[in-house]
Amino acid sequence: MLILVPSISAASLRAASSQAFPKRRLKRERTTDLSFQKTAAAAPCDRQASLTFLPFLFISMGSKEENGDGEMDQTVKKYLRGEAANLEGLQDKKLKGQLAIREELYGKSAKAAAKIEKWLLPSEGGYLEAEGIEKTWRIKQESIAREVDILSLRNQYDIVLPELGPYTIDFTPNGRYMAAAGRKGHLAVVDMKTLSLIKEIQVRETVRDVVYLHNELFFAAAQKKYPYIYNRDGTELHCLKEHGAVSRLQFLKNHFLLASINKFGQLHYQDVTMGEMVGNYRTGSGRTDAMQVNPFNGVVALGHSSGTVTMWKPTSAAPLVKMLCHPGPVSSLAFHPNGHLMATSGKEKKIKIWDLRKFEVIQTLSGHAKTLNFSQKGLLAAGTGSFVQILGDFSGSQNYSRYMSHSISKGYQVGKVLFRPYEDVLGIGHSMGWSSILIPGSGEPNFDSWVANPFETSKQRREKEVHSLLDKLPPETIMLDPTKVGTVRPARKKEKKPTKEEREAEMEAAVEAAKDTDIKKKTKGRNKPSKRAQRRKEIIDRAKRPFLEHWVEEQETFRKKQKTNMETEMPKSLQRFVRQKAT
Amino acid sequence: MKVKVISRSTDEFTRERSQDLQRVFRNFDPTLRTQEKAVEYVRALNAAKLDKIFARPFIGAMDGHRDSIKCMAKNPSYLKGIFSGSDDGDIRLWDIASRRTVCQFPGHQGAVQGLTVSTDGSILVSCGSDCTVRLWNVPGATLADSDNLSDNSAKALAVYVWKNAFRAVDHQWDGDLFATAGAQVDIWNHNRSQPVNTFDWGTDTTISVRFNPGEPNILATSANDRSITLYDLRMSSPARKVIMRTKANSIAWNPMEPLNFTVANEDCNCYSYDARKLDEAKCVHKDHVSAVMDIDFSPTGREFVTGSYDRTVRIFQYNGGHSREIYHTKRMQRVFCVKYSSDASYVISGSDDTNLRLWKAKASEQLGVVLPRERKKHEYLEAVKNRYKHLPEVKRIVRHRHLPKPIYKAANLRRTMIEAERRKEQRRKAHSAPGSVVTESIRKRRIIKEVE
Repeated sequence: MLILVPSISAASLRAASSQAFPKRRLKRERTTDLSFQKTAAAAPCDRQASLTFLPFLFISMGSKEENGDGEMDQTVKKYLRGEAANLEGLQDKKLKGQLAIREELYGKSAKAAAKIEKWLLPSEGGYLEAEGIEKTWRIKQESIAREVDILSLRNQYDIVLPELGPYTIDFTPNGRYMAAAGRKGHLAVVDMKTLSLIKEIQVRETVRDVVYLHNELFFAAAQKKYPYIYNRDGTELHCLKEHGAVSRLQFLKNHFLLASINKFGQLHYQDVTMGEMVGNYRTGSGRTDAMQVNPFNGVVALGHSSGTVTMWKPTSAAPLVKMLCHPGPVSSLAFHPNGHLMATSGKEKKIKIWDLRKFEVIQTLSGHAKTLNFSQKGLLAAGTGSFVQILGDFSGSQNYSRYMSHSISKGYQVGKVLFRPYEDVLGIGHSMGWSSILIPGSGEPNFDSWVANPFETSKQRREKEVHSLLDKLPPETIMLDPTKVGTVRPARKKEKKPTKEEREAEMEAAVEAAKDTDIKKKTKGRNKPSKRAQRRKEIIDRAKRPFLEHWVEEQETFRKKQKTNMETEMPKSLQRFVRQKAT
Repeated sequence: MKVKVISRSTDEFTRERSQDLQRVFRNFDPTLRTQEKAVEYVRALNAAKLDKIFARPFIGAMDGHRDSIKCMAKNPSYLKGIFSGSDDGDIRLWDIASRRTVCQFPGHQGAVQGLTVSTDGSILVSCGSDCTVRLWNVPGATLADSDNLSDNSAKALAVYVWKNAFRAVDHQWDGDLFATAGAQVDIWNHNRSQPVNTFDWGTDTTISVRFNPGEPNILATSANDRSITLYDLRMSSPARKVIMRTKANSIAWNPMEPLNFTVANEDCNCYSYDARKLDEAKCVHKDHVSAVMDIDFSPTGREFVTGSYDRTVRIFQYNGGHSREIYHTKRMQRVFCVKYSSDASYVISGSDDTNLRLWKAKASEQLGVVLPRERKKHEYLEAVKNRYKHLPEVKRIVRHRHLPKPIYKAANLRRTMIEAERRKEQRRKAHSAPGSVVTESIRKRRIIKEVE
């Protein structure tokens, strides 16, 4: 029995039912009794967001399926977005009841979303499995080409443009369009679906980087002296002189900020809607080519020649984080889309994977990478020389290992690798043009029409532009933990001073502990009882010392305070004659 | 080797015909939407701002009376009509949709003090200071809709002359009795020229009367001697009475919880009472800066509207200590009567400046047909606003109301006075023997005693 809920389009369901499921799925579907119920509840539900996202669709399934489905629990956890609130200590019964109801709704909607993910999503992700003694990293692009369908075959190509290289590339967020920029002034905009060139221009000066703004209509190019903004037809719209000679550009699409790092190591943030310069900070670490925005929280990371990585937000002049990642210069960095992982590569031929929640290195891989990029599904591409390696995390324990590799023609130098969103494609910009290879399992198979739609019509694009402008985030919302927005900062507890007795007891304990330490037997002559007693005394004194020092310090501050009090206790008419202490 | 790559054919993901709707695909994965919490917060903030931009509650004024409007009555069986009576004895039936007078009821010599309509909506009862009660036939919906304005005055069905001037009238919710208030409380039948029953407790004039919507035989009155009295028609004498420090100008029963009623008091506050427990108010609704003249509950029972001598109309939650909304215009003078429309979406006020004014109950609500998608959007914005309402930025915008200068100043002054009083009380308490000064809660303070 199927009852359609309007918020799930009929089309997606049709697609789901008509989709040829793999055998495994079909079997499961036969055993389960799928019934959809629409609840009348129109209450807001979800922990963080997605009030619009989740339709109120609660699917009841056979109890067989419910229990012991660990995979399901995992997906539910993903949609719950964090732990439930602890209502134990709450005094207010009314509030407690309200919150309990809300928590229940959260749980239900997360379950519904998980079930939608399991049963209703139209496409499945790609994969590459080795059989027998095959190894996935030995599989060549040619052999993949023999197996895949004709449509995907079109995504394997090399564009050779020997005169104007090396090339750098950028994709729109929906993966439909690509902008390529040759070092010697060649800018091209390509429709990746029809593989047709929309526009190409020659700016006749060095182009170091190219980046798409919020949609395919605008892109920015970092040229010899200034960055410029062009529209799709190649018309120059703006020259951003304040940025200076920029080496890398990044666009924060939630905030409509264009971030750039110039050759003096200055970081600029410019609001592209109003043209306002939001931030202009000197990093003080010289020029760099490693710049990447963390998509999870909008923090911009820079890799410096000193081996440090600094993370910046537009509202503070000092970096949020400064971490020493490599002994030598950092050559590139990349962020996992979930924001918890960062990959950095250093000139000392090491690639490191970092956990950004603890700022700890998880894994160190040997090998040089001039450019790094994470795919939507978490594959890591590293390019160096004429060789591209894809690393994957297949154990689920953040242990990256070889997945695929690809060599482009000898002598070509890889400049940039970039996964194409929502496709199993890796774009490579190199010294002789650009190439595109198939990396099965790299892209997100199911797009959301309201987030990024590869089949967007111009009307939809216009509407989306308006909506995203309405939802434009102020620069203050960039912070290391974006879930902190809208929460209350907990009141800082005042540290209670220990009383005199407590302090004395603490000192006693320390002294007792010092007494119990064994004294090593020394050589003859040094082991006399008197010497031993002296040594014991020394140990005890050493244990006492910090407490006594603290006490002396306190006395000092107390005396100082009293002194100032004396001064202020003077009659008011005389106070102005008190000599001010030079501070 | 097994290999599969994502491959989307355009046909599968786009519409077939140009008349089709665009296909929509959803994926609720949180990693696709970065910074969703910040986005939601911005939406809440924008929703709060938009609400302020669209807050245009005033719809229009209904002009026609020649003297200040004293009373109004809504027709329980006809949504569009409202009756109003003025100081010069004029009674008019208005069509709210076209904001025009549909019919006039001439006859009263003095001021019309009370108006009420029978439950079936067929008979209008009016009373006035000319000591008469008049019964009128309510013109049907056909007349109300017609544009024919030539024959628009009605004749009274009956005129009952009585001994004293009347101050208020109210019809039983289920039955054919109505009660008038004046020197005493009289219970009338439609067909009798004399009251069927008379109640009297105390000597002062009764100024308002209201029947209980749930139990047809119970009515509440308030009198000039500062008392609020409950009557039961089945008993020969009044049931209970509570005396407050200031008089109550008007009473309204909560239609959804008919054992609770709210009184509009002379001391700027409204007091909600439980009829079973009159020694303490359930809730005190503060915000007006002058006497509250009239009060009417929304049919949902969750809100009520008050009109005040300070020239404002306010809307309160039934359990909220402060008003949700304040309505005022430059030209609106002292408000003597207010009504909540029977569909809970409009508020009508009648004031000293001879005009009836029509307001939206929700200041920023969209009028007219709302498409399902629009409605969904409104619900979503309401929900996000509700989620972030405690954050300072959102709270400031949502709470802010522009006040006319005199009211702003009066409110400030009142606040200072109350604060000074409180401080004095505190000091007196601190300097007296412990336990000798007892602070009474505000819910009890204004009540003198309860009489059975």
